[in-house]
Amino acid sequence: MAANAGALPAAPEARRSLAPRLAVGLSTLYLSVIVLLPLAALSWKAHGWQAVTNPEAVAALKLSLGISLVVALVNAFAGTAIAWTLVRDRFVGQGLVNALVDLPFALPTIVAGLTLLILFGPKSPVNVDVSLTRWGLLLALLFVTLPFVVRTVQPVLFELDREMEEAAASLGAGRVATFLRIILPSILPAILSGVALAFARAIGEFGAVVLISGNRPFKTEVASLYIFGRIESGDSGGAAAASVVILGISFGVLIAIGALRRWVTRHDR
Amino acid sequence: MIGKYALRFASLGYLAVLLVAPIGYVFWKTFEHGIAPAWHAVSTPDAVHALKVTLILTAIAVPANTVFGVLSAIAIVRHRFRGAGIFNAVVDLPLALSPVVVGLALLLLYGRGGWLGGHGVAFALPGMALATIFVSLPFVVREVVPVLREIGTEQEQAAATLGASWLQTFRRVTWPAIRWATAYGVVLTTARALGEFGAVSVISGRLSGQTESMTLYVQDRYNQYDDVGTYASSALLALLAVFTLILMTRLKPKEETQ
Repeated sequence: MAANAGALPAAPEARRSLAPRLAVGLSTLYLSVIVLLPLAALSWKAHGWQAVTNPEAVAALKLSLGISLVVALVNAFAGTAIAWTLVRDRFVGQGLVNALVDLPFALPTIVAGLTLLILFGPKSPVNVDVSLTRWGLLLALLFVTLPFVVRTVQPVLFELDREMEEAAASLGAGRVATFLRIILPSILPAILSGVALAFARAIGEFGAVVLISGNRPFKTEVASLYIFGRIESGDSGGAAAASVVILGISFGVLIAIGALRRWVTRHDR
Repeated sequence: MIGKYALRFASLGYLAVLLVAPIGYVFWKTFEHGIAPAWHAVSTPDAVHALKVTLILTAIAVPANTVFGVLSAIAIVRHRFRGAGIFNAVVDLPLALSPVVVGLALLLLYGRGGWLGGHGVAFALPGMALATIFVSLPFVVREVVPVLREIGTEQEQAAATLGASWLQTFRRVTWPAIRWATAYGVVLTTARALGEFGAVSVISGRLSGQTESMTLYVQDRYNQYDDVGTYASSALLALLAVFTLILMTRLKPKEETQ
């Protein structure tokens, strides 16, 4: 066998080592042209830091961070509850509900915001008007971030070994104690990972909030709306400066998620 | 027992209020007076042009990102190269980055006074295509990478030992294993490309009948207080989303569902 392998012609080996290098080279080139070059231009052209430090900008950034934290927190509970309902519960139409969870991924964000505005706006048929308020902002962000926690927690919950739970129950642990001591520690990394994705998405969201928020400075103007306003008024340097801050936050969250995943895989083994 | 029903009620109630009710209501408003007014509203020249623009952008972004996605997934999983960590993080970046920032970055690169300005990219279709490619870039990669990891290299090595070229190995061994993941990634890419709004909004200049995609058209209808047009164009995009959702459910990797 070893002799056979040694007798292989050298040519395929040489071709095999060229193809992978080509794959690495081409994809790196593509990524550089599509993603890195524009972001380099963005960082290069960023000037006028008063666009980041003025009261309106600070208020917008604070609102973005604050409301994204609320969105993350609500998703931690709602997402886990929905994942639980999909995995542990049995009811008619469950498959449909499971498919429905992905709808915010498939629906254009402008349509998401618009449908909320039509039902919960000034012409609301149920007399609930959240347009031009932070409640409207929250609703729109909850809509677009809904799938993240559900889709990270669901597979982990599905794989979870039930023997531990049964053992805990037979030893007299109540449902709450079983959940907190046995289930939660296993699904917590998945919850955190989903929450971080939802947070990152909420920080940058634009399409869903642009109509429902009314874009009121100091009230409902989030960071993406502030940046858009700067672009519209011709201050692209200032918009770029504010964008660099957002870019830094996005990158930070991604690195945190990556670190979390590595930590989890290490502890799984 | 009561706890179980309470949780089911709360979960389904949350979904009903947040997702089902708003979308259902828009469909109801669209077809309140029959199909004719809705059809009329989405068959105006501007609406048809916007739909065409969206389809063109999607037809450019999806193939480009599919080829890149498969290629870079192979690069990431099969060939440990220096800087793979950074490569990974950059691939994920479009998922977390605000679309407005993406549009601005492209504007500063290709717009007036940009490094590559003055070639008709900004405020035109090429710029919108670049924006669409940017935001829909990660999906195929993210779907193919775990599958490639899962299948391992044994079969590929066996094929190579038997004298198969790299291309033969890919066509006969690797591709059959990753094609469903690729298909699922393609559906996700398509959904993202069809729905892109923020980045395209900044780079396109929103010239009605020229650089207006379907999502920009929806916003334009809303700003013009054209209720019927708003409902009908939203419903059209929502229908596309539902169709995408059906494809997603069909193609979704088995272990993710129950």
